[in-house]
Formats: sequence, structure tokens, C-alpha cells
Amino acid sequence: MENYLSLFETYDVPAAFWVNIQLSFWAAIFALVIGTVLALFRISPIPSLQWFGAAYVNIFRNTPLTIILAFGFLGLFSVMQISLASDLNASLFRIAILGLALYHAAFVCEAIRSGVNTVPLGQAEAARAIGLSFLPAARLIILPQAFRGAIAPLGNVLIALIKNSTVAAAGSVATESSGLMKTMIEFRSDLVVPIFLTFALGFVILVIPIGLLTTWASRRLAVAR
Amino acid sequence: MTSEAQPSTPASSTRPLVSLRKVNKHFGDLHVLRDIDLDVARGEVVVVIGPSGSGKSTLCRAINRLETIDDGEITIDGKVLPAEGKELAKLRADVGMVFQSFNLFAHKSILENVTLGPVKVKGMKPGPAKDLAMSLLKRVGVDNQAQKLPAQLSGGQQQRVAIARALAMQPKVMLFDEPTSALDPEMINEVLDAMVALAKEGMTMIVVTHEMGFARRAADRVIFMADGQIMEQATPEEFFTNPRSERAKDFLGKILSH
Repeated sequence: MENYLSLFETYDVPAAFWVNIQLSFWAAIFALVIGTVLALFRISPIPSLQWFGAAYVNIFRNTPLTIILAFGFLGLFSVMQISLASDLNASLFRIAILGLALYHAAFVCEAIRSGVNTVPLGQAEAARAIGLSFLPAARLIILPQAFRGAIAPLGNVLIALIKNSTVAAAGSVATESSGLMKTMIEFRSDLVVPIFLTFALGFVILVIPIGLLTTWASRRLAVAR
Repeated sequence: MTSEAQPSTPASSTRPLVSLRKVNKHFGDLHVLRDIDLDVARGEVVVVIGPSGSGKSTLCRAINRLETIDDGEITIDGKVLPAEGKELAKLRADVGMVFQSFNLFAHKSILENVTLGPVKVKGMKPGPAKDLAMSLLKRVGVDNQAQKLPAQLSGGQQQRVAIARALAMQPKVMLFDEPTSALDPEMINEVLDAMVALAKEGMTMIVVTHEMGFARRAADRVIFMADGQIMEQATPEEFFTNPRSERAKDFLGKILSH
């Protein structure tokens, strides 16, 4: 037991989790914005935008996240010398956020689209009938109801995103939790199982409240029909 | 009802408000509208009846382009119905629509349902829009429900709100697509009363309905449709007492026999 506790003196586990939380937080915001725009494209009356939305979703949803993040680091950063900050670590951190956001935006788009499907067609017809064109109708009538119908699937995307933030190690954000776990296992192979369990428990603690919150919110905010 | 100031040139007072010329539409192999010609004068109340599948709902929905048409031309107040975009939205704002299933905005209060169009489409200030909405809600008798959500109202109340929502845009013509078909029997009259009052005030109306009582009380003209065609049109008096076509006789025989 003392052995186990000594781990926390040598390694800053909470700080590593904090990196994952930050990655997830920013990636979630960008993914939500990009995903909403993509969903608008997919439900818009303009064929080229529909096509773009569908192509984006199919490419990013079907590409392994590891590859996207490795490309961010090796392709964008190392080869193409694209840097998002003057500081090396900050730049890698932002590229990881970008990769996570672009990948999860595809899933956000599909979650919102499933929410749009919960809104009866008559709502859009009534919006058009009073003279709203596509964008105002989407903003005022369709999306507010679609988001409420999409809370549970959006929660699932957020849960996946938090766990997937560990893949950022592939984008060489070495400070995040799975990176630290690897280091700890390397140096303290006598404690492999407790180390695994520690990180597993950490993520369970992070993720469970989100599941509870989205279930509660989707009940609370459901549109009465 | 305050209507927008119209230039009272002879052309605008004599030409029909709604005009359909050789309108055709197919759903796959089904020819739902066949060479429809129809003129509706300003202030006229036209009731469209006919067996289900006759194309009457499609006709109603085509007039504000919720259904596209294959060929032909629809004009509203002299303007050809545009295919898409801002022009279409603008024209739709002049055409009020009341649906069978009410279609009130489910996440907005009754008051917001009525003010949304005037504020977001016409750019009216929230204050005057609220006054307008409350006066319209009072007119249809649901002003005491203004803060509730649509799901908290009965079907009849929701449909009356839907009428107020359409009127708030100060439309030139109102379309009713089977407005009482989804209602419980005891709520039908409250909606019909609101519609009769509207007709008496001189609103131009095109009403698809199965309510023969309404047709008798409020219609200037009855149009009988079958198989996507206008089979017969006459005053309600003439149509109900002396239908000319066999299809109309058959239809009336079925619905009026008990």
C-alpha cells in the first residue's frame, strides 16, 4: 500500500488528468460548432453543401483517430511546419485539439441529424409557411428542438471524446494521462495492475457524471408534443 | 383586419388574387393534379371538397409551394410563385396556412408562436408585435393561455392559435388544409366559428374540408375535386341541392345519407 501511495509522490496523476480535461473541453466546443455547421449543410436545400457534409462525415468518421492525430503531429507539424503557437508544447496541444475536434465533429453532426429527425416535418412546414427562409427556420425552429432531441447522443459523443483524448499521446501530447501511465508502467513494473486500475477509475469518475447529466437533461428538456 | 395599403388601380381590383393555370403534379405514376385552372377573387371564400386522394390537399399546399408542381403557373396577387429563396419566403409571408395537425412551434409559448413571424419576418418591434398577438389571441378566444406551451392546450385551442399565428402576418389569403380533421368532435365548432367570423370580415380563404355545414354557412363557391381534377364548381346552395356530375352525386350521397 505504501508502495502504491508513493506513486502519487513521484508522478502527478491529477495534472495528467487535467490535461485530458482541457483537451476534451476545447475539442468538445470546436466539435460542437463544426458539427452543427455540418449538420446544417446536410439538411440544407443546396446539393453541393449536402454533398460536402456527407463527404466530410464519411471521411472523418471512418478514419481511425490515431491516424488523424499522428497526421496532425507528423504531417502538419513536422513536415508542413504548421505551428499553432510559438511554444512547442502549446502548438502540439492545439494540434491535438484540432484533430480531436475535426474527428468528433463528424459524430456531432450525425447526433444532431438524429435530433433533427425527432422534429416533425410539420414544424419546418409551419416555419416556411410564415415566411422564414432556411437559415432562420433552422436557427429558430428546427435546431432548438433538434438539440433537445440530441442531448443523449451528444452525451455519448462527449463521453467518447473524453476517453479518446488519451489518443492525443499519438499526437505527442506526452503530458496527458495515458502518456503518464506508460511512463509509470515503465518505471514501476511491480505495480502494473494498480496503475491500470487507477487510470481506469479516473476515467470512470470523469465520465459517469456526464452520462447522468445528459440522461437528466434529455428528460428535463424534452419537447412536449 | 387591417390590410396593407394596396394601390387601387383597376388591375389590382379586378384581377384574381390567386390564380392557377394548367397546374399539373405527379407523385410517381399518380397524376394528383390534372390541368387545374382556378381563380379566386379578393374576398372570396372557396371551399374545396372531394373524396380522399382527390388531390385537394395537394392543391392547397401547392399554392404556397409546400408542394412543388411539375408544370403550369400559380400567381398570387399578380406575382408568379417563385421556385426558391428569399422571393418565395416573401410571398409565403402573404399567404397564411393552417394545417390539419396544427404544427404550432412546440418549444415556444403560445404568445411566441404568434409574435415570431411579425418580429422575425416582418421586422416588427417586440412591443407592437405582442399587442397584435394578444388582440388576435383574444379574437380567437385563447388570450388567457398566452404563456402556456402548445402541448398544454386542447386541439381546438391549438388550432385557433394556429389561425391567430397565420393572421399575425396580415396575409392576403388564408389556406386551410383540413383544419378540423384532427379534432375531437366537440372541438370542431369552436374552430369553425373562428373561420366563419374570418370569412364574414372579408378574408380571402381557400378551405379544404369535410365540413359541409361550414361550406353552406360561409362559402361563396364550392369546388368539387375527384381524381386530381376539378369536376364541378358552384355556389353551395346549387351544389348541395343540385349537383351535376355523377361523381358529386355519388360523393354527396355517401356523406349526407345519415
